[in-house]
Amino acid sequence: MTWAASSALAPAGPQAARLAHLTWVFIVVCAIVYLVVLVALAIAIGGRRSTAVDERRRLRVVLAGAGVTALVLVALLIATVATGHGLNPMRGAHDVLTARVIGRQWWWEIQYPGAAPDQQVSTANELHIPVGRPVLLELVSRDVIHSFWVPALHGKRDLIPGHDSTVYIQADRPGVFRGQCAEFCGAQHAKMGVLVIAEEPAQFEAWLANQRRPAAPAAELAGVEARRGQELFLNGTCPMCHTVAGTRAAATQGPDLTHVAARATLGAGSLANVREHLERWIADAQAFKPGSEMPPTPLPAADLSALLAYLETLR
Amino acid sequence: MNEELAASWNPGRGLAAWLGEVRHTVIGIRFVVTAFAFFIAGGIEAAMMRLQLAHADSHLIGPDLYNRLFTTHGSTMMFLFAVPVMQGVGTYLVPLMLGARNLAFPRLSAYSYFTYLIGCLLLYAGFFLRAAPDAGWFAYTPLSGPAFAPGKRVDVWAQMITFTELSAMATAVNLVVTIFKHRAPGMTITRMPLFVWAFLVTSFMIIFAMPAVMIASSCLALDRLVGTQFFNHAEGGDHLLWQHLFWFFAHPEVYIIFLPALGMISAILPPFTRRKVIGYDLVVLATVTTGFVAFGVWVHHMFATGLPQLGESYFTASSLIITIPTGVQIFCWLATLWGAPIRFAPPLLFVLGFFVTFIVGGLTGVMLASVPIDLQVHDSMFVVAHLHYVLIGGSVFPLIGAIYYWFPKATGRLLSERLGKWSFWLLLVGFNVTFFPLHVLGLHGMPRRVYTYLPESGWSPLNGLATAGAAVIAASLIVTLVNIVASLRRGAVAGDDPWAADSLEWLTPSPPPPYNFAAIPVATSRAPLWESGGRLDFVSGLATNHREVLVTTLLEGAPDHRVPSAGPSIWPFLASLVTGVAFIVSMFRPWGLPLAIVLGIPVMFGWFWPRRLAARAPAVASREVAT
Repeated sequence: MTWAASSALAPAGPQAARLAHLTWVFIVVCAIVYLVVLVALAIAIGGRRSTAVDERRRLRVVLAGAGVTALVLVALLIATVATGHGLNPMRGAHDVLTARVIGRQWWWEIQYPGAAPDQQVSTANELHIPVGRPVLLELVSRDVIHSFWVPALHGKRDLIPGHDSTVYIQADRPGVFRGQCAEFCGAQHAKMGVLVIAEEPAQFEAWLANQRRPAAPAAELAGVEARRGQELFLNGTCPMCHTVAGTRAAATQGPDLTHVAARATLGAGSLANVREHLERWIADAQAFKPGSEMPPTPLPAADLSALLAYLETLR
Repeated sequence: MNEELAASWNPGRGLAAWLGEVRHTVIGIRFVVTAFAFFIAGGIEAAMMRLQLAHADSHLIGPDLYNRLFTTHGSTMMFLFAVPVMQGVGTYLVPLMLGARNLAFPRLSAYSYFTYLIGCLLLYAGFFLRAAPDAGWFAYTPLSGPAFAPGKRVDVWAQMITFTELSAMATAVNLVVTIFKHRAPGMTITRMPLFVWAFLVTSFMIIFAMPAVMIASSCLALDRLVGTQFFNHAEGGDHLLWQHLFWFFAHPEVYIIFLPALGMISAILPPFTRRKVIGYDLVVLATVTTGFVAFGVWVHHMFATGLPQLGESYFTASSLIITIPTGVQIFCWLATLWGAPIRFAPPLLFVLGFFVTFIVGGLTGVMLASVPIDLQVHDSMFVVAHLHYVLIGGSVFPLIGAIYYWFPKATGRLLSERLGKWSFWLLLVGFNVTFFPLHVLGLHGMPRRVYTYLPESGWSPLNGLATAGAAVIAASLIVTLVNIVASLRRGAVAGDDPWAADSLEWLTPSPPPPYNFAAIPVATSRAPLWESGGRLDFVSGLATNHREVLVTTLLEGAPDHRVPSAGPSIWPFLASLVTGVAFIVSMFRPWGLPLAIVLGIPVMFGWFWPRRLAARAPAVASREVAT
């Protein structure tokens, strides 16, 4: 699956709910003001003709209009400040889960801290969170400015090199919510999506525990093909950019592939993670995402099939 | 006597005369025509983008071309169209409305035009050499910096900015001095047309806003060329600094484009409602207030960068406050329209179109001023909708109305009203069909500046609708273009004052003679053509055997002295060329600036070399200036 709820008006968490509520208040007030002005315009141009103009009286009406405008604006300002207060830091947040979101051209690296260095989890383009628990996201950019935006959970927060920042999100119901980079960041800004997967706490803990496991050693790989695939992987160009924990592939240029087969998407939320897509992605990612850092890797069909067999074990 | 005047103001024939032209009517028309040419170019870019976005996963245009297209579209519309077209209209009309014979600094206006033209040519030369900028019209660092934007694309952008803003500053200074010192006798500052007030405030805003972006673009060019680190956080620079400098310019920029359009509305309403705009004082105060407050709202473009809440609240409040002066102007115009004997000619229709469309943009602006809402809709299609409602609704509608209104003055021919009405209704429908759906797309999570989107997103139908609307907009603009071409040849002859209007530009023939007014009129009220009972007093005593203009006092508009006005000169054109050499060479080599200084010194000597007054026959006895 690549798509999921992404509407600011269908909130799934407390922050987005506050924002959506305020948005509706503004929409209604603005619609009323617009109608009032248009009705005034219609009467002005279509109403009774009057040659005598009492300028002083009309000016009093103009000033009254300005006064009413000011009052409406003050009310909207109060509503704004009241809503903004307590968004960041999130009011009354406790038992906070921390995760780190790193913007890269053009994908999201997601890290969960661990007690020991080998307990740290690194994944890509998929942020798993437990339902009902506030999550503090540490936002860091490795290259240019990106902006983290998952409309169903919260508004945007920029990732500016040199200005690390934080944002709280929380999901009130299980589900998948789609986000997208919202600050123009170069050639593939359009295909820089992220999925937030909100799960029941037990399910989330199970997911996290699985993510902490390294990949199975070669001896445990089922099937000759997968074993040959691992050899191809480790002796080819893949380890120059990618990590598979438990092997000597440990580069951090590209997404960590230790559990790649368990992820929902490829190419930063833009392609469903199925065998056929993965095959095309490896052979020529540029055809699908021109400009991305993944180079074309032409392989004989048998090698490609072995490589895929190996990657599918990385669950 | 008029023949002698015409001879004095006639530039002569030939290429040198064409390049040396310094009359404001000619320069103004050059500005407007060039700006509209680039408006068409920017429109074609927009149409290409809309075609690409018409449905999901389209393969018409790849990301690299798309990014060049949206950057060039934004840069063209802001820097090559919107500001120059307004300044061109001002250059053409302000002296006529003031009863003046030319701008205060005629040669500076020629320099301003050629410098602007070189900036235009630079951007489009880049476009056709595949070196068009691709980092957005805002060119945020570090994406636009040396590390992430190799090649010359961003340098083209940065130097284009410097050209066009230099040009804008030159015109602004020229307009301010003209408005302060060259008004017709008797036109006290409180009798100035509201249109002129709008241009006065706009010009001051340009003088204060443009330096910020010129410094920013120059620092960026230095970062890219000689390795300064203004915008490199690893070396103590700061990426937020770029954003502050850019938006300190770019928000006032919106009002620099918008206020002249409000001035046009204040000028168009009287002849079609048969009454003066109600609340002159309020409209003036509102214009001046907008000019000040516009400099205090820039941070609302940066809410997502994460400022402290107190700071954000301040900028929310200031962004809401700026609604009030605009609201006051709209109320004043409604009070003017109320019960008036309205004539629904195209200029007025476009003004009414302004009410219907701009107010939507103003209200979504109120939403964007609110930090929490902005966090959701910022950098989404919602903002694309908002800014086009503000810029097209707020500026282009009145501007096209202004074209229909002043075309007869500039050409002596009326535009067809029938085609004008067609163009208006097509634009009104096409515009709303194109841009209203984008509000919804933005709220449903569609970001800006994306070259494609996934089929599963469900965004295709509204995007398809928007693309269809764009075709209707194109049809509307083609109708107006056809109208202009046809009317230039066969339009009804306009006469001096086809609308029975109230301001001084309608006193002189259409098109105006090279000297504008055979005799400078004396203004005794805010609507001199309506309240004089058909009899205006005139100034006598200005020399006719050479270009001479009258200088009046700043507040009272009392005659003060006479000064010679600069005649045709090739030096402004040469100075623009030197400016071009300086900026274009320094995209590649640091010695561009020293080279320009070496070349520039002789040109400045040539420009300012004292000359004998080019008097023709023995001077007619100059009499006392009388009012």
